[in-house]
Amino acid sequence: MSPGGHGIAAARAGASGALEARLRVAREGFALAADFSASPGVTALLGPNGAGKSTVVAALAGLLPLSGGRVVADGRVWEDVSAGVRLPPRERRVGVAFQEPRLLPALTALDNVAYGPRARGIARPEARRRAADWLERLDAGHLASRRPAGLSGGEAQRVALARALAADADVLLLDEPLSAQDVEARAASRRALAESLSAFEGVALIVTHDPVEALTLAGRVAVIEAGRVVQQGDAEALRRRPASPWVAALAGVNLLRGRLEAAEGEVVLACEGLRLAVLPGDLAPGAEAAAVVSPRAITLSIDPPRSSARNVIAGAVASVDPGIDRIRVTLDTRPPLTAEITRESLAGLGIAPGTRLYAAVKVTEIELFPA
Amino acid sequence: MRPPFFVVALAAVATAFFALPLIGLVAEAPWGSVGSALLTRQVARAAALSALASTAAVGLGLALALPLAWVLARTRFPGRRWLRGLVVLPMVLPPVVAGVGLLTAFGRRGLLGGTLDAIGVSIPFTTAAVVIAATFVSAPFLVVTLEAGLAGLDRRLEDAAATLGASDARVFRTVILPGLRPSLAAGVALAWTRALGEFGATITFAGNLQGRTQTTPLAVYELLQTDAGAATLLSVALLAACLVAVVAVRGGLFREPE
Repeated sequence: MSPGGHGIAAARAGASGALEARLRVAREGFALAADFSASPGVTALLGPNGAGKSTVVAALAGLLPLSGGRVVADGRVWEDVSAGVRLPPRERRVGVAFQEPRLLPALTALDNVAYGPRARGIARPEARRRAADWLERLDAGHLASRRPAGLSGGEAQRVALARALAADADVLLLDEPLSAQDVEARAASRRALAESLSAFEGVALIVTHDPVEALTLAGRVAVIEAGRVVQQGDAEALRRRPASPWVAALAGVNLLRGRLEAAEGEVVLACEGLRLAVLPGDLAPGAEAAAVVSPRAITLSIDPPRSSARNVIAGAVASVDPGIDRIRVTLDTRPPLTAEITRESLAGLGIAPGTRLYAAVKVTEIELFPA
Repeated sequence: MRPPFFVVALAAVATAFFALPLIGLVAEAPWGSVGSALLTRQVARAAALSALASTAAVGLGLALALPLAWVLARTRFPGRRWLRGLVVLPMVLPPVVAGVGLLTAFGRRGLLGGTLDAIGVSIPFTTAAVVIAATFVSAPFLVVTLEAGLAGLDRRLEDAAATLGASDARVFRTVILPGLRPSLAAGVALAWTRALGEFGATITFAGNLQGRTQTTPLAVYELLQTDAGAATLLSVALLAACLVAVVAVRGGLFREPE
């Protein structure tokens, strides 16, 4: 590392590094009144579509003037409406990956990623070297010479992520960073992103509507609904004391949709490749239904269990995602089933991608809704 | 709805109406005397002046049109529509009226005549007047195409560049200018051909002095009274120049590489 690099690191360590935001934006038919803070590390801004997440990104980046409030990053005032302070976007040192990639069409992927360093005065060869490095880290090295028009949505999104990360920013704003990745690429992309973010020293804000993404990438979550931040905390706080039904509903459950069928005196929910015994309540066979299964209600074992659980499903491990205090293990069943287990269980069972397991679910743990 | 037969027939008549004069030019031109008719001092000087004046008019036009198009496309102010109307008026104005207007503005006894006289500048009946006349009638094409081009740009790309630390100048150079390339090419081709063909405003404001203000169209007009064959050949040459300019743009010479 160069002496200059040490200097920057030292300056960051000296300041708090935190982002404090009090955002007031009034637009026709929509009001944003979001207060939250984020310390260095990864924070997720989680909310349903239309909650104002992208407005938060635009406001923090300086692309949308606040009508009130202030933004302070690493002790530096970016915007303060009452004091009349408003730094333009280029003076904020943000790295933004917008929800749509916004790559510059006339430039190759490599030059798009090199754009930030170039704009900050770094010579072209060095800027391109850094850009190539970032593309490589996000599994997009082979795209370097391509132009945006020739990239798929997922590829363009990875290039846009590399561009945000290469900007040498104090604050990273990543708006739905994995939304365009197809299902097969998603786990790999999430891992690459998580690795890239673990080396990042500033504040990274990941904006998402997907609680799994929020909980697997971020240590802390701020939940935004209808323009307001309704809850901030870690995953456990969200699960234990959800501040709204939306938080409660999305704190990491399996949702299975299918049709009820009568079979050998019991009622099963047929959902793609799975047949789950359920308690139908007042739902009759033939009805469309949705089952909600908490990942914590699923028991994993190496051998077929001899237990009271009537649902035993065999499958291979598709992915292992580290959560905050628990591990989320997803099986390659159709649809995939996710179970949460402790680190000790993970180690004890020797679970790795590809391990063949049995998942057991008690009928009484399945909540059934008409769909 | 597909056009019925009689509409197709009328379209054929229209095609003939547009094509016949062009066919006439080529068919009636005395091709045997190309050398003697076109390799004259008068034609050479007229052609050189036309090339120079049209190119200068496009350059001057760009300097005037780009700021104007930018303001029209990206700002809202009362009277914006009136300003746009004013700017495009020279496109539909009879060229001779444009020439008289230029005389009343920049002529000896015009609005700015006294001021220009005081600094020792006299514009009418000079090569500068040729360029000004050509600019006046052709620059509106640049304003119109550039404004449309600017309005069609995705401003979110400019936002993205700004968040990456780009200065306004860098955003202009790396985002706006590349995005404007197609409209720029179309506007330049239109303006250049319009400037090349300019007649009425030029003869009124700049006169018809061989070697100084006689452009190719003026030379065609003069030759028509003495040597109709040479006038026809020179007309074909002008037609070819315009054709090349239009094909260059339409044919994708300036298109974005995929």
